[in-house]
Amino acid sequence: MTTLNINLTDKDHAYGSNTATLELVEYGDYECPYCGQAYPFVKNIQEKLGDEMIFVFRNFPWSNIHPHAFAAAVATEAAALQNKFWEMHDIIFENQQTLSDKNILWFAQHIGLDAERFKEDIQRSELAEKVKKDFESGIRLGVNRTPTFFVNGKRYEGHLHEEQLFQFLEDQLKIASTSLG
Amino acid sequence: MLPIGTIAPDFELYATPDQKVRLGELRSKKVILAFYPADWSPVCGDQMALYNEVGNYFTKHNAQLVGISVDSKWSHLAFAGQNKFHFPLLSDFEPKGAVSRLYEAYDKESGESQRALYVLDEDGLIRWSYLSPRGINPGADGILNALEEIDNLKK
Repeated sequence: MTTLNINLTDKDHAYGSNTATLELVEYGDYECPYCGQAYPFVKNIQEKLGDEMIFVFRNFPWSNIHPHAFAAAVATEAAALQNKFWEMHDIIFENQQTLSDKNILWFAQHIGLDAERFKEDIQRSELAEKVKKDFESGIRLGVNRTPTFFVNGKRYEGHLHEEQLFQFLEDQLKIASTSLG
Repeated sequence: MLPIGTIAPDFELYATPDQKVRLGELRSKKVILAFYPADWSPVCGDQMALYNEVGNYFTKHNAQLVGISVDSKWSHLAFAGQNKFHFPLLSDFEPKGAVSRLYEAYDKESGESQRALYVLDEDGLIRWSYLSPRGINPGADGILNALEEIDNLKK
């Protein structure tokens, strides 16, 4: 298995400790039903692994087949400007069935964003550029479906299944601990 | 698969119910030939749907993508319409798989094209190729690297 250079940057949205041994990167699309399925089990895994894991979400919107995916991604970037990236990430996945441009504004209010500022921010071209950059980085890493997960730079090729992904993370944790120690 | 450095054999196939595309007409552009087994595989992981999203990056390199399978032009019309594809799907339908065979990308057992990629330069020379296992979407990174390499050699 090849290890890819994922290169986390300060533009990435990361949840967890910077000193975590495990780095889980998801390339996802807010309108993709499989990403919707993955959402709760990533949460469970985060809870189980605690400080051992840092979770990074990067945008990979299928704009042609999912008409709201790109706007949703931009909305999370706008929320990030008010330090509420994960709140927006979560509320979108939790309400994926009713995702629409109008509901995104409602989500923004619900999580306590300054709505006027949010409406201005989602028009900013640099946010769209950021989403495109995420997408491009995914293409370069060979992302071919959503969600695609990488653990410490190694691509997870298994099924979309909580136990299986958790096992993969545990295995990588063992490998990392061995090489450290 | 045909060897790198050879001229890509010419062919003509239906792109819509009443319109054919000839490979030779695409000279002056790079061409990506993407042979694939069948229309209607699940989205969010479908190879053609992925390439549709990557279209802008191909265009930046002056490259035209064409998808090729043995599905009929009517299947292609519906599949491309549903997924809003911005590139042609060619129908290697009659005689069945003739172009796929010509490009050594035909699976006799299943009677479908293999998942095979060719990148041709502006002169119609084969510059890169890749045969992917049937069930595996090969992604777009190999194609983009090949297109970049062609452009870099010109500098």
